Amino acid sequence: MNRATLNLWVGIFVVAGFVAILFLTFKVGSISGANLGDSYKVTAHFDNIGGLKVKAPVKSSGVLVGRVSAIRFDTKKYDALVTMQLDRRIPFSTDTTASVLTSGILGEQYVGLDTGGESDNLKEGSEITHTQGALVLEKLIGQFFISKSQEAPDAGRK
Amino acid sequence: MLEGLLGSLRQVGAMTLEIAEGIGAVLVFLVLTLRHSATSFRRFSLTIREMFYSGVMSLIIILVSGLFVGMVLGLQGYETLQTYGSAESVGTLVALSLTRELGPVVSALLFASRAGSAITAEIGLMKATEQLSAMEMMAINPIARVIGPRFWGGFLAMPLLSAMFTAMGVLGGYVIAVIVIGVDSGAFWSQMQGAVDVMHDVVNSMIKSAVFGLAVSAIATYQGYAAAPTAEGVSGATTRTVVSSSLAILALDLVLTAIMFKG
Amino acid sequence: MAAPAAVEISHLHFRYGDRDVLRDINMRIPQGSIVAIMGQSGCGKTTLLRLIGGQLRPSQGELRVDGEDMCAIDEAALYRLRRRMGMLFQFGALFTDMTVFDNVAFQMREHTALAESLIRDLTLLKLQAVGLRGACDRMPGELSGGMARRAALARAIALDPRLMMYDEPFTGLDPISMGVIARLIRDLNQALGTTSIIVTHDVQESMRLVDYVFFVSAGVIVAQGTPDEIRASGLPYVHQFVWGEMDGPVPFHYPAPPIGALIGAAPATLPGAAAHA
Repeated sequence: MNRATLNLWVGIFVVAGFVAILFLTFKVGSISGANLGDSYKVTAHFDNIGGLKVKAPVKSSGVLVGRVSAIRFDTKKYDALVTMQLDRRIPFSTDTTASVLTSGILGEQYVGLDTGGESDNLKEGSEITHTQGALVLEKLIGQFFISKSQEAPDAGRK
Repeated sequence: MLEGLLGSLRQVGAMTLEIAEGIGAVLVFLVLTLRHSATSFRRFSLTIREMFYSGVMSLIIILVSGLFVGMVLGLQGYETLQTYGSAESVGTLVALSLTRELGPVVSALLFASRAGSAITAEIGLMKATEQLSAMEMMAINPIARVIGPRFWGGFLAMPLLSAMFTAMGVLGGYVIAVIVIGVDSGAFWSQMQGAVDVMHDVVNSMIKSAVFGLAVSAIATYQGYAAAPTAEGVSGATTRTVVSSSLAILALDLVLTAIMFKG
Repeated sequence: MAAPAAVEISHLHFRYGDRDVLRDINMRIPQGSIVAIMGQSGCGKTTLLRLIGGQLRPSQGELRVDGEDMCAIDEAALYRLRRRMGMLFQFGALFTDMTVFDNVAFQMREHTALAESLIRDLTLLKLQAVGLRGACDRMPGELSGGMARRAALARAIALDPRLMMYDEPFTGLDPISMGVIARLIRDLNQALGTTSIIVTHDVQESMRLVDYVFFVSAGVIVAQGTPDEIRASGLPYVHQFVWGEMDGPVPFHYPAPPIGALIGAAPATLPGAAAHA
């Protein structure tokens, strides 16, 4: 095989390989904010995080604004300490509420953020104080029965 | 009874030693190859030539297999997901299984049997016909001139082949799920993008295929260089390349998966 | 033998595993001479050639090639030394993925910084010398055995080596090709003053060519001398070898028990033989 043809083929091969990598990067996958430099870190304590995992999305109004970067158990408060990386371009007020939510009925869990009314914004290392943990199915059912049993006598009188 | 047990134990011991010796020999040879790698880069045209033989020549089988694997994943995934009412997630399933596992592993297995065996056979024949000896007598180190470019050519071609395999697989899944079955195209891509993380999945996929490329190239060049200089020697070495490369790929995949996706 | 020695060997031993391949070899090959090393297949001739080429290291003894001590030589010095050596392999060992031209030009391209046009001229001259200029675009697979050997010779002399080694240069060739190779070896020796070592078991062809002969049998040198001395030699081994006799010190039969006992001519000593009697 002639040198020039061979070089041409290898050139085509390498370009096709890089096109495939670009396709995988931009069409198949998405670059998560957690791994980019332009993000800031906030923490939040939750009484229960349910099935939340590291790298789970952080969303506000359903839009991805960051990712969970670490989860650990706080031995002082005996609850879960979740660290999140948020997109630097999106500011949240200091009284933002963070809740552990589920997408769909059996979908994966994520952290939802609802901004508050304060004029100051969260900074690198701030803590979100208003939090709501994951809903646990067993507790939910338990609460349902308790409220039903409280309702029942009233219903009978009427 | 006891004698039989002892016999089997002895066999297990002998096999373990043999495997350990084999791995050691490949590693020693790999270090030797790396030490004589200057030629492969100073005269990069030598490496380009080998990229042609191991990369471009494997292109057809890689692309076609990728397409088929993606199509099968699309069909099977749709059948299963449909019963849970989440047929749109078929894109996620196809993309994640391809980037994380099937892309690097299957393309490396195909690469080992297509390019790895060819490298072994070529080097083995060069040895059997004294071409390597002749080169040595011409004051040219065959490790630098023959082994190095083949090793690097294979090593550089492997991640590119794996990326092409994965991309073709995703397209195959798209063809089946969206064009044939009629899953919504927007949902197919957006669910996929939501689930596939570039750092976590695509980069790890590339790392895996680079490790597999290293293993296959090292095993293939070693087997060729160590082959007995006879017809049986070369054919045996070719078989050993395919068998031990496949085992190495699967074992390394287990280790890498455990490290990468434990979280 | 006043000329300085190209190769000097004293008390050389070579062991492969626990087998003695060569024992107590002493040799002195003067510069510019043509020397043959003869012996049966498997007697260690090719091993000796590989020792001189530095592909094997002696287990014991002294070996000097062009003044270099081959027992203590480092890799860089060995590669420098090999640039002054050429070796013709038994079956040519041409690179099968290159044309004849590229094969001959290979060393010049690897070792020199000569312009491609100069390399082309030199290569064509070498091919002209072996009569294969017209075949320069062929692949080695398309050559006959004799042509391949000539092409390999052109490649081996590409950088005008001072020491040429020939491993069985006549094996498997027809008489014409054999004569051509023999003449080329002699011409090369006369034109360039190249020292030549020929390992062979072809007695008649090489006796006409060489200045001195070493006979090797079972790892030791059993006889040496000029071709005339060898022809006149009374040693039974040399006589058998030179005249190609079937039986002699080298037995025709591979060691085995006497045949009479196996085919039943001898008294019944084998189990089962008694039952037939």
